[in-house]
Amino acid sequence: MSQGSNGTALLEVRGLTARIDDKEILKGLDLTVNPGEVHAIMGPNGSGKSTFAGVLAGRDRAQVTGGTATLDGKDLLALTPEARAVSGLFLGFQYPVEIPGVGNMYFLRTALNAQRKARGEEELDAVDFLGLAREKMKLVEMDPAFMNRGVNEGFSGGEKKRNEVLQMAVLEPRLSILDEIDSGLDIDALRVVAKGVEALRSPHRSTILVTHYQRLLEYIVPDRIHVMAAGRIVLSGGRELALELEKKGYAWVES
Amino acid sequence: MTDTNRELTELTEQGYKYGFVTDVAEDRIRKGLDEDVVRLISSKKNEPAFLLDFRLKAFRHWLTLQEPTWAKVRYNPISYQDIVYYSAPKPRKKLASMDEVDPELRDAFAKLGIPLEEQKRLSNVAVDAVFDSVSVATTFKKKLADMGVIFGSFSDAVKEHPELVERYLGSVVPYTDNYFATLNSAVFSDGSFAYIPKGVRCPMELSTYFRINAADTGQFERTLIVADEGSHVSYLEGCTAPQRDQNQLHAAVVELIALDGAEIKYSTVQNWYPGDAEGRGGIYNFVTKRGKAMKRSKISWTQVETGSAITWKYPSCILQGDDAVGEFYSVALTNHRQQADTGTKMIHIGKNTRSTIVSKGISAGHGQNTYRGQVKIMKGAEGARNHSQCDSLLIGDRCGAHTFPYIEARNPTATVEHEATTSKISEDQLFYCRQRGIKEEDAVSMIVNGFARQVLKELPMEFAVEAQKLLGMSLEGSVG
Repeated sequence: MSQGSNGTALLEVRGLTARIDDKEILKGLDLTVNPGEVHAIMGPNGSGKSTFAGVLAGRDRAQVTGGTATLDGKDLLALTPEARAVSGLFLGFQYPVEIPGVGNMYFLRTALNAQRKARGEEELDAVDFLGLAREKMKLVEMDPAFMNRGVNEGFSGGEKKRNEVLQMAVLEPRLSILDEIDSGLDIDALRVVAKGVEALRSPHRSTILVTHYQRLLEYIVPDRIHVMAAGRIVLSGGRELALELEKKGYAWVES
Repeated sequence: MTDTNRELTELTEQGYKYGFVTDVAEDRIRKGLDEDVVRLISSKKNEPAFLLDFRLKAFRHWLTLQEPTWAKVRYNPISYQDIVYYSAPKPRKKLASMDEVDPELRDAFAKLGIPLEEQKRLSNVAVDAVFDSVSVATTFKKKLADMGVIFGSFSDAVKEHPELVERYLGSVVPYTDNYFATLNSAVFSDGSFAYIPKGVRCPMELSTYFRINAADTGQFERTLIVADEGSHVSYLEGCTAPQRDQNQLHAAVVELIALDGAEIKYSTVQNWYPGDAEGRGGIYNFVTKRGKAMKRSKISWTQVETGSAITWKYPSCILQGDDAVGEFYSVALTNHRQQADTGTKMIHIGKNTRSTIVSKGISAGHGQNTYRGQVKIMKGAEGARNHSQCDSLLIGDRCGAHTFPYIEARNPTATVEHEATTSKISEDQLFYCRQRGIKEEDAVSMIVNGFARQVLKELPMEFAVEAQKLLGMSLEGSVG
């Protein structure tokens, strides 16, 4: 069991099961992520990776049927999606949605201030927020023209992903779960996404990368790699595991 | 009932924040409508002969008309004999200044956020406050008069500028126009009047605030705005009513005249009491608004319609002069059992006339929202152009959105474009917002405001902020 060295895991998942309609998707999943760690969850399509990410964030598409998940010792599954966000959980979406007419920066400031307010912190005024946003936009190499466009409105696939990383950088979550953040990205965008993740790395924060390909892991070096198949984590290891998977394919773990 | 449902119900019921009743002494006439009542209204107001004549012609014509049934709205028959057609707050004495306005009235308007005190100069809005049938106060009258701008109650205009009233009253909406406009022409009690002289740019926003207070009364106000050649005016209109179980009728007429090169911008935030969640009570809002635009002039209607049980309203432009421009920007929101049938008519008569229509309909609960618009290009309207965009947003699956565009082009050089979309607030959008820490109700409000942005940005600043809050408030209780 990969219990954290000091015994205070950031995320602790035990025996998690969940179904969508009548189909069982997660079949007893265990995972421990300690502060400061970057984990990668890999696996073939349909193994339940995205469902797992959604369940942690409180998406009600899947119904949790058993097991526990705690963030900083707090029962995640009892919280509303917005309360999980306030507790420091961030989900980078595989398909970020468009919200026409709602300015990108307005949205981000509303989100940041909603979280700060819920935590009893002071809200940022427009000027302070702008300063923060500008700095983070530089980090993800985002054109300031994106500030006043609608949320993801007319963004290309790569721009949407970059926008997810920008939101992550501004919100500074304790735990970031990035769902297929690398899908549809060119090398340039991949590098930027990796830079954003690296910039957030600190002894207090953790990241879970959910990915199908090991390509992302050339840019972000994870501390742990897990392989999911049929709703469970079937294999865990270090960096070398990704290379082995690359060579042998997922059929190797599924057999 | 689950806890969540109870919370949502409570939210819904407190949704309408203007439902209070003010206790003022009223001068009201008996219920019912006949020729004597029309004469009585006219005599109470000491009107000149031409006006009584106008009323009587309208009343006799009204008797020959049937209530229209073509709109996509359903309501119980209106009993026109059960309505009180004139009710006015009794003034304690003749008012010498704003300080002498009945404190109850002043309080009522203060609760509504409408300052009647002249010292609130910073707001830079001149307000004419209409309480039930009568205009009770007009601010900044003197400052405006220095520039030759006439602004005040319709009754005062009849006394002080009868020639202007006689010349323009009924010139855009004739007394024969339609059932409700004809009724209004017979019984209208007051309203606002504005005249902007040649070449004058009105130095502040002009605003009328309508309040229905008395029970069983109808409100029939009449607004007339004349912008003389090359002048410019921006006009705001707001309205609220107490929360009552009975339906109340509001049948107003607004006429705008933009002479050569003039510009009139008319903005409305309509928040009459919409009725409760089960559809009890609420205002029946049957309004005729129309403007006539002469050469190179421009008339722009912007409306945010969140109130009323029934809305029946088509602010229109007759683009009479060459190069005239007409605009219609609308957000109509229906929640619970509200029904709205609203849109515009753009009648292109002059050459190179242009019109733009942007309509945003939002339906929630069991709300029914209909866009009905007509674009008519007459034979002589060489090079006329229209662009219409009608978008509908649905919240939940028990509401409805409908679009009825009528297009008639009799000149081959005209260009008419129509676009329409219907979308739903998706689970994905809501989850995305919530995952970022934004509460569900706030997320709905934000998405709706985004949807309506193209229209909201046409509103003057003070109004835009109010309208945004109103949209969020009107949707309370629509999710869950």
